[in-house]
Amino acid sequence: MNHPLSSSVPPSPELRAAASDLMAEYGLRIDEDRLEDWIDLFDQICDYKVVTRENIEQGLPNVLIWCDNQDMLRDRIASYRDVNEYNLHWGRHVIGPLRFCGRVYAADQALARADRAPIWVIEAAYSLYQTDLEGASRLFSVGRYRAEIIASPAGTLARIRSMLVIADTALIPTLLAAPI
Amino acid sequence: MSFQVHWERDDYSRIPFHLYHDPAVYALEMERIFRGPCWSYLCMEAELPRLGDFRTTWVGDTPVVVSRDAQSGAIHAFVNRCSHRGAMIVRKTHGNAPEHVCIYHRWCYRTDGELTGIPFRRGLKGEGGMPADFDMAAASPQRLRIANVNGLLFGTFSAASEPIEQYLGEFGMGMIQRFFHKPVRILGYSRQLIGGNWKLYAENLRDTYHASLLHEFFVTYGVDRATQKGGVKMDARHRHNMNHAYTATDTQEEARAAYAGNAGVALDRMRLRDTKLLQHTPEFDDRMNLAAPTFFPNALVVQINHSLATRQIRPKGVDALEVFQTVFGYADDSDELTRHRLISANLVGPAGFVSMEDGEAIELIQKATASTTDETNIIEMGGRGAITDQAHRVTETPVRGFWSYWAELMGVEPPGGVR
Ligand code: FES
Ligand SMILES: [Fe+2]
Repeated sequence: MNHPLSSSVPPSPELRAAASDLMAEYGLRIDEDRLEDWIDLFDQICDYKVVTRENIEQGLPNVLIWCDNQDMLRDRIASYRDVNEYNLHWGRHVIGPLRFCGRVYAADQALARADRAPIWVIEAAYSLYQTDLEGASRLFSVGRYRAEIIASPAGTLARIRSMLVIADTALIPTLLAAPI
Repeated sequence: MSFQVHWERDDYSRIPFHLYHDPAVYALEMERIFRGPCWSYLCMEAELPRLGDFRTTWVGDTPVVVSRDAQSGAIHAFVNRCSHRGAMIVRKTHGNAPEHVCIYHRWCYRTDGELTGIPFRRGLKGEGGMPADFDMAAASPQRLRIANVNGLLFGTFSAASEPIEQYLGEFGMGMIQRFFHKPVRILGYSRQLIGGNWKLYAENLRDTYHASLLHEFFVTYGVDRATQKGGVKMDARHRHNMNHAYTATDTQEEARAAYAGNAGVALDRMRLRDTKLLQHTPEFDDRMNLAAPTFFPNALVVQINHSLATRQIRPKGVDALEVFQTVFGYADDSDELTRHRLISANLVGPAGFVSMEDGEAIELIQKATASTTDETNIIEMGGRGAITDQAHRVTETPVRGFWSYWAELMGVEPPGGVR
């Protein structure tokens, strides 16, 4: 568990730029099918979860995808590459402006950075379109990201500590294979 | 409507593709199956813990409210359609209410569905209003008969349905008791919209042949392989089905030999970096790690290792269906076990390692068969002729069982059709 800080310290311009680059890379690497590179945007200690707003609003914990460490994330992508079958398509993420929601420090000492670099909570809306191989596009999922990101002390090189994808689109068209 | 099917064979080993595409067939199915003598799965009693709790659901394409009576605590189900001009009465997926009010002209319904209030019923100052002899109770929305089997709620529109014990049979009742032998805890929901006819999903659940082939994850990571001990069981009428398998009853060598040479099935190509997803300690007396009883027309209860869920088929027109999944654990699960069930949820649902492919396979059939006239499929894996249980899973015989009951309900059995 992380504890929110009451401080209203604003993020530095450098951190804003780094976080914004991070999320741009996040979407583009998925859309370009560079999923192994997409994992590199996560910290060594990380968590990736896709849930639906329908469950969140009822306080229910069910997940569509939950990788609670980087190994599970790599397993998910390896299975996507070599094992699972899915509808053939190109994906396209459109990610909205970031909102900085505050800072937390890792309460667990094992998770705490030696340099006490803060973890920032950011949110952004997304829409994800799918285009099939004959060129027909559809809106596949819309929702929001709520991410915890870690920056270097200089405020650059942000990494994702945890990514919670809250899909408004509970009714998944066809299936969900590639990450959102 | 007079409706006929040209069956090429009387054992349902050939199904004409047009039955997945014809809107008139779909309309008739809604009438003769979903509003006919079948018991449809509605939801779980655990989803309605308090007086006045309600959930909206679907029986075929009919919107239905399931509610716990605000006074007596009894469970009711009624059609979610205002008696006045037909507006949907309850708009939320779930909630709690002492009564239900249609927003259009504010007709008011008790939690058992009875119409109890009509604004301006007597008019204003002696003018307007409903005729004095208008009978509110008689005008109430249609109610379903309810059956509660260990907390699993079924409903039927028909007074002619068999008693539920007989409908589900010993087989079905026993399997429900297996899953629902103690109080459950609802963990949440998932939904998947598949561009295919609802029968393609019903068939998919009865086709154990595809499981280890389409869902390669099963085999690659040793979750389930056709070489494990297991099989298919049906009720006496062959309308329900269960695919099941037992943990660790084959060897790596057996599996390797069986799947050798199957393009696209590469055993042990990879190992999981994190194997906790597959950790399984048998929690049922029968030690099955995979059990998936399917109940005609719309229900599945599924266990894959520690992941437990019900699935409800919701037909959405002739060429679409929703799979509505309710994931559960037990009220006495430890936090650790709940967490493990949630990690196991990676296996099932629309993004499930061993389930996502069904959506694609069904859409491929719907797309490729739209243009057909009298072409048929081939359903012979596991044999032709009589429909029987099998102690292996290299079979799609229960699919023929589904069709034989479908044909009976639709009134289109061929002369001498197998049952
Ligand atoms: S349609 Fe419901 S009150 Fe008129
Ligand atoms: Fe399947």
